[in-house]
Formats: sequence, C-alpha cells, structure tokens
Amino acid sequence: MSTATTPAHQRPADALRDGDTAARPAPSTGARRLGGVAGWVDDRTGAAKGVTYLMKKVFPDHWSFMLGEVAMYSMIVCLLSGVFLTFWFVPSAGETIYHGSYAPLQGIQMSEAYRSTLDISFEVRGGLIIRQIHHWAALMFVVAVSAHMFRVFFTGAFRKPREINWVIGTILSLLAIVEGFAGYSLPDDLLSGTGLRAMEGFMQSTPVLGSYLAYMVFDGPFPGSAIIPRLYSVHVLLIPGILIALFTAHIVIVALQKHTQYPGPGKTEQNVVGFPVLPVYAAKAGGFFFIVFGIIALMSALVQINPIWGYGPYDPSPVTAGSQPDWYMGFADGALRITPGWLEFHPFGYTLSLNVALGALGLIPVMYTITGAYPFLERWVTGDTREHHLLDRPRNAPVRTGLGMAAMTAYGVFMFAAGNDIMAVLLHMSINDITHFFQVGLFVLPPLAFWVTKRICLSLQRRDRDMVLHARESGTIIRTAHGGYFERHDGIDEFERWPLVQHEAVAPLELPAGTDANGVASPTARSERLRARLSHFYFKDAVNPVTPAELAAAHPGPHEEEVPALEHDADHFVGIEQDHADGVGAPRH
Amino acid sequence: MTTGMSDHSADIAPADHPSHPAELARTAPTGQLPARFENPGLPTHIPRMADLDEKAARRAEKQVAALFGLSILGTLGFIASYYLVTEHGSVFVPGIGLMRAENLALGLCLAVSLLGIGLGAVHWAKTLMPDTEVVELRHPLRSSDEDRQALVTTLREEGRKSQLGRRPLLKYSMLGAMTLFPATLTWQLVGGLGRLPHNDLSTTEWNGRYLGGGKWQFVPKRLMRDPENTPIKASDVVIGSVFHVQPEGVLDMTEGKLEAKGKAAVLLMRLNPSDIRSTKELDWSHDGIVAYSKICTHVGCPVGLYEHQTHHLLCPCHQSTFDVTNDCHVIFGPANRPLPQLKITVDSEGYLISAQPFEEAVGPSFWERGS
Repeated sequence: MSTATTPAHQRPADALRDGDTAARPAPSTGARRLGGVAGWVDDRTGAAKGVTYLMKKVFPDHWSFMLGEVAMYSMIVCLLSGVFLTFWFVPSAGETIYHGSYAPLQGIQMSEAYRSTLDISFEVRGGLIIRQIHHWAALMFVVAVSAHMFRVFFTGAFRKPREINWVIGTILSLLAIVEGFAGYSLPDDLLSGTGLRAMEGFMQSTPVLGSYLAYMVFDGPFPGSAIIPRLYSVHVLLIPGILIALFTAHIVIVALQKHTQYPGPGKTEQNVVGFPVLPVYAAKAGGFFFIVFGIIALMSALVQINPIWGYGPYDPSPVTAGSQPDWYMGFADGALRITPGWLEFHPFGYTLSLNVALGALGLIPVMYTITGAYPFLERWVTGDTREHHLLDRPRNAPVRTGLGMAAMTAYGVFMFAAGNDIMAVLLHMSINDITHFFQVGLFVLPPLAFWVTKRICLSLQRRDRDMVLHARESGTIIRTAHGGYFERHDGIDEFERWPLVQHEAVAPLELPAGTDANGVASPTARSERLRARLSHFYFKDAVNPVTPAELAAAHPGPHEEEVPALEHDADHFVGIEQDHADGVGAPRH
Repeated sequence: MTTGMSDHSADIAPADHPSHPAELARTAPTGQLPARFENPGLPTHIPRMADLDEKAARRAEKQVAALFGLSILGTLGFIASYYLVTEHGSVFVPGIGLMRAENLALGLCLAVSLLGIGLGAVHWAKTLMPDTEVVELRHPLRSSDEDRQALVTTLREEGRKSQLGRRPLLKYSMLGAMTLFPATLTWQLVGGLGRLPHNDLSTTEWNGRYLGGGKWQFVPKRLMRDPENTPIKASDVVIGSVFHVQPEGVLDMTEGKLEAKGKAAVLLMRLNPSDIRSTKELDWSHDGIVAYSKICTHVGCPVGLYEHQTHHLLCPCHQSTFDVTNDCHVIFGPANRPLPQLKITVDSEGYLISAQPFEEAVGPSFWERGS
C-alpha cells in the first residue's frame, strides 16, 4: 500500500468523527473535585500524562483475546480465595485426633493439615464454598493458560517482537502446574499423599543423586513431617511471588508492544483498530472479571470438587483404585503409565531407572524447552526477521498449525493414557490393550495429526482462493441468447475479499552456494543446508493468495464455453460481462 | 507488507481483455497490475438501535440497572443465607441429588451477586458506550540509531572509567568473589534441608532391632494385621484370602509410624503350593503362604489390588502387574523389578513370623540400591 492511503483519517469510519471536538462545558463541582484530587496526586507523581495515555489506549476486540483475560482473572480469584484459606489452614503434619462434626472420621488419628481442611469444609461457615472456589479457579487458570497459549501459537502471535512474552508465558504455564500440584498436595488426604509418594519415587529415580535429593526434600524418609510446611511455603509464597512478578512483566510488555490484531479491512501492521480503555474496556474487562468470578462461584455452588473427607487421612499402606491427579498433571502421570519397564538398567551394580526418570523428570523440561524455543526455531527456518502485529489465520501457516496439532495430539496421548484404568472399567476393555494402543499411538498419532491438519489447512486456503476467484455458486443457471449456459456466481465485496488475500505469498529459502567464488567450502554450509531443507518442509506446499492479476485472468469475460461466441459478437455479452465482473467484486475501470 | 504494491490501482482491469485466461496470464505485463490487493480500509460503521433510538437506549439502561439490582439481591441473599440456612442441612436438587444447603445457598447468592455486576457492565458497554472503532498508530519499538549508539557509547565510555578492563587483578578477584558467594546461602539450604539417607532406604522394621549407627540385629517379628494389629495364625490364611500386614510393634509406634509403615507394608496371600512356579518362592513361603512387599517397585504406591483368580497383583497408580505364582515378576506395566519377598515361618504358637529381613531394598529404585 502506498503511504498516501495510510493516514487514519482517510478511512470511512474516521470520517464520522471528522469535526468532532471535545466538549468543554464549565467544570461542575464533581469535575472540580476530581481535578483537585488528580492535581494533588500529579503534584507528587507527575502521572497525569501517563494515566491519560493509558486511559485512551486502544485494544482490538476478538473473542479469542478473552482467553488470556480468563487466565488473569482466575489467577486473581485464586489469590483472593487463597488468602482466605490461609486464615484457617494449619500447614502441619502434627498428629491429632478428629472430633469435628463429620461423623465417619470421629476419633481417627490424622495430621493437623487434614483436620484443618476438614474444619474449613465442615465447621467454618462458608468455608467449603471458598475451598471449592479456590480449587475450581485453579483448574480454570490452567485451562485458560493452555487455551491462551494455543491461541497465541496458532495465530503466530509469538513472532517478533513478542518472543520474550512467549517465553515468559511458557514459564508462567509451567509455574501454574507446579503451583497446582503443591496446592492439592497440602490437605494431606489419602489421594494427595499417594501423589506425594509417587513424587518421592520420581526424585529417587534421579541418576546418582536420587536418594539424597529425596531425603533433602522430605527431610528424611517419606512421608516425614517436613513436606507439608515446605510445600505450604512454596505454594503461598515462593511460586505466587514469581507468578505475580512474571505476570506483571507479561502485561506491561503487552501494553508496551500494543496488542496484535486479526487481519481485516482497515487493519495494518502500522495500526491498532479497536476500542479505548475508557470507557469501553474498563467496563468490558472489569465486568468480565465479575463474570469469570461468578461462573467459578456457580461451579463451586453446584459441582463438588476434591471431597477430601471421602478419601480419609494419608497412610502409606492403603490406596484407592482409580487414583488420578488433577487434570493438568495427567500428562506426566500418563507418560509414566506408558513407559515400558525394560528402560530400567543395572550398570555395574547401580540402578538407572529410566522407566521412571524419562516420564517423571525428563518430559516436563523437554516439553517446555521445545515450547519456549519454538519462536526462535521458526524464525531461523523462515528467515523472517520483521515485526508482526497482524495475526496469521491458522490455515495460512499450514506447517505451523500442523506442528501445533501434532504437539497437542502427543499431549493428548499422554493425558488420556493417565485414564487407562478408568477407560478399561468404563469400556470393558483390556487395560493391557489400551496401554499398548497409547504406546503405539504416541508415535503414530502426532504425525497423522500433522498430516491431516496440514491437508485441511491447504484445502481451506484453496477454498479461499476459489472464493476470491469465483465467489459463491448461486445455483442460478443462466441461458444466453445464443443458447449457452452458465451459472451465475454471487459476488463478494472488497471488504469480504480482503481477509482472504491479505497475507503474504511465501516460498522456501533458496539453498546458498556451498562454496564461495574461489571454491572454498562455506563454514556454515551444513547448517544452511539444514535450514534450506527445513524451509522447504515449511513452505513447499504453500498455497499463495490470489493476486489482482490472477483475479483479472479468471474474469476475462463470460464463461469459457462462451468464448467462441464472443469472437463473433462481443457486444452481446457486455451486459453479462459487466454483471459478472461486478458480482465477484472485480476491480472496475 | 506494502512495499511491493504499485499505485496503479486504476489499471487493474485493462480495457482490452484477451480472449482466453491462459493467454492473459501469459501476456498481461505484470507492471500493469499491483502485485497484491489493496487494503480497502475500515468498513462503514453501522449504528446500533440504541444509537438511533432513545427508546432503545432507555430500554438498555433499564436492562443494565436490572442486572445491577439482581446483584444487590444476590448480596443480600448471601448475608441472609449465612444466618438462615442451617449449617449441616442438605437439600435435594433435581438432576444433581442431595447437596449441602449451606454451600449451595452461599455459592448461588455469590454467583448472582458477581454475575449481576459483570453482565450489567458488559451489557452497558455493548449497548450504550461508543462502538465506533478507534485507530491508534503503532510506533516502531526500536530506538533511533543515535539513541542506540549513545547507549553503547555510554556503557563503554563510562564503564571504562571503572578501569575494570585494564586492571585484571580487580576483574578476576571480583569474578571469583561473585561466583563463590552464592555458595554461602546454598550451603546453608542444602545442608539444612535434610539428612543423608545412609542405608535407610535399604532397611525396614523387618530388619529387627535398631542398634544405632545404621546397624540392625535381626529378631523374628510376628506378622500383624493392619489396622487390627493382631497376629495371624497360619491356619487363618485360606487360599484366595489376602492380608495387609505390618511387622509387630509398628502399629504401636508413637513416632515415625507412617515412615515405618511406608517401607514395611507387606501383603500376605495363600496359594496352592503346586501353583507356585518358583522354587525360591516356595522355599520362602510357609505351606503356600507367601509374603511380598506391598510397595511398588515403580514409584512406591501400595500395590493394593489382588486378583485371586489369576494370582496377579496390580498397582492402582500406574498399573504395573506382578505375578504372585512366579516370584512376583512384572508381567505388565512400567515397573521393572519384582516385588521383594519376605521369608516367613511360624513360631511355637503357630503365628506367622519373619524368618529374615528383606534381602533387598523395597520400593522405588534408586541409584545405589544394588541390584
């Protein structure tokens, strides 16, 4: 686009505001009072200009931008309800005898952590609703963080200049699941204790240092009395502190870089089209906090979560069938279930327990490292070092979308593998078969998901091209005066067409010459070859957007079968040709 | 994205159409058409009902006010329920079942109180606040070249004044000090967090009496039912039955009971001796009564599920399956090692006792467990 068309005031919507001037009525009492307070603060901080700027800041509008908001608000609900819980929860493994109002546990020996959690559920007025709000909000937090990450990934919002925020977000997502695990381990019930028992086993599987690590974390043999207070300090102080710090950085960077926007008419790499903070987003986003909180409260009122009184106090000897962690730990548990036992080795009288360590210690770091590194990898492969503020439609990046779906599928295999026992019971199938299915599925399903997704993306891209070139089939057959037939295609206007043609054409990187002019091999030839191969993998099947030339070529006149007739008597078809061209929104003379 | 676009948008459809598309593709000089379509700009804003009709606006205002009013009712309801709904009463909710009345009432009132505000505010924003899109221009994030150069210059020039570069003694001693100082706090933390395991993980209460200094003296211990804490006569153990067992004394412990239980837990089963395929298993059994560690060799869950038809033990955590007829070898799942067997016999009164400690460490693997 030439620069002549960029100024904002040339857009139709801006024209509506032409000539608007800010109203300046005589200041009312209220305004004077507001001015007085603002003046007092500004005298001491000089914040007036910055606050004005923030109040007028524009954010684009799209439902998918709400996912990050859901994450933010459920985190705030967690913090709020968590503070409430600290007033009653006793983070101690000290032994006590239960004498509360829950009859089935009368006189049973238990830890103070478990007893105080029972008290929150039964004795504290409204305590249960706060506890359930805390747990539901935590689950919603992790769901929303994950959904938000997928949105960012599939739309390419992680591209320059937003790589830093992608890495921060990746760390936030990791912290969220660690925080969740620490939290649901605190009540010291049978289920959470079994989870901690497994965690101790994971630590023991660390090569060489395992037993030392486990004894350090648990201050001696499992379960000991140190783990509950230690997890408590991790859960209420250490991780929340880091979470809040990183989250603040995340938000500040979003404000600094301005939000990305979906491509559409009037939206460019140089602007942000949307609504200002005051009043629209103050009301919408502020109101949305209450909606998220309200929905969490509704769930907590209607759906029971983690009924710890049903599990009993922790004891390392009994166990309940169907032991399941919270959903976001499912993938790690599932990885353990499908790792074969022969991965334990016994070199030189030592035990190397890879059957545990791979899934329990290796998976999470590997998964998060790949996630965090992806933007840099893609940037290297595509060679694209420009800033991007317009989002990709997922179909326009078929390989990225396919890779994302493959990763989700692998995650899904791990996660559903954690339910192999439940599935076996519910579906009356052999647990061995189900486990083998997941073991094979881990290697087969992600590539399949990649291939299917990529094909779907390419098909959607071709459909977009078809829509631009031929518009919609109307179902109306028109007979020409000469006896020919063609189907009238209904048009799309330039506003409908723009989202389908706005993206850039892509092509694989060319392989640079491996040797220079003197025949000396380039020192980077090997990495350049790899890069060219990967670039080929990314772009070889690219379906590029329709160009004006292609559109013009597709509409030379009436249908092809009419072409011979045209040569005889072109004048007869002028009308049809005009309609046709108008219909598909072809540019006019 | 816009660099390749020409200004000749008026030339898009040339007057002299070639008669065939393929011909056009060949002949149309690319210079005549822009390489890409042009952004058509923002579509015209379509006003809402409330923008045009004061009646619709009044209606929206009333709807928002009603939602805020609903929120006030929810808050009042919350406070009323706090006092009025009985603490441990339950109420039948169709489709869900019996629910705690207190939790339901407080939760629903809270939800109404919050949703009233939220939905009201959003409805207000969508109906009455401006919905004309505003355009804000982006500015490049990067600083100007001069500013960037100035930063580099400042860092170099001002940094040089510290003389760090030309006084290597200063540089290396500072590096050394900075590298080493975290050791202080790390030392405290690592040293203070826990004690060393020594041979803790390899011993259980079945080892007998603790002499101190990591040494044990073996004494046979009776196998006690958990949680009844009663000894078990060999004749009580019938084929197909399974007993959860702890060594004598553990269930009476006042300190370290859970830690002891976590290592010493044993499962006791009776098999038909002819079903037992391992001679070692048969030797260590008493008349077909076998005792195996209950702690899974995978990550330490209690192996709680016994299928007495097949004599398989199944761990409910990760589904490792052990074959009791064949020395508890792993026949399925992620565990690698068989469950350790406890050699048992009977004392003079006919009660089952241990004949020797576990020969290897029970529970999950660790590096130096020996194999």
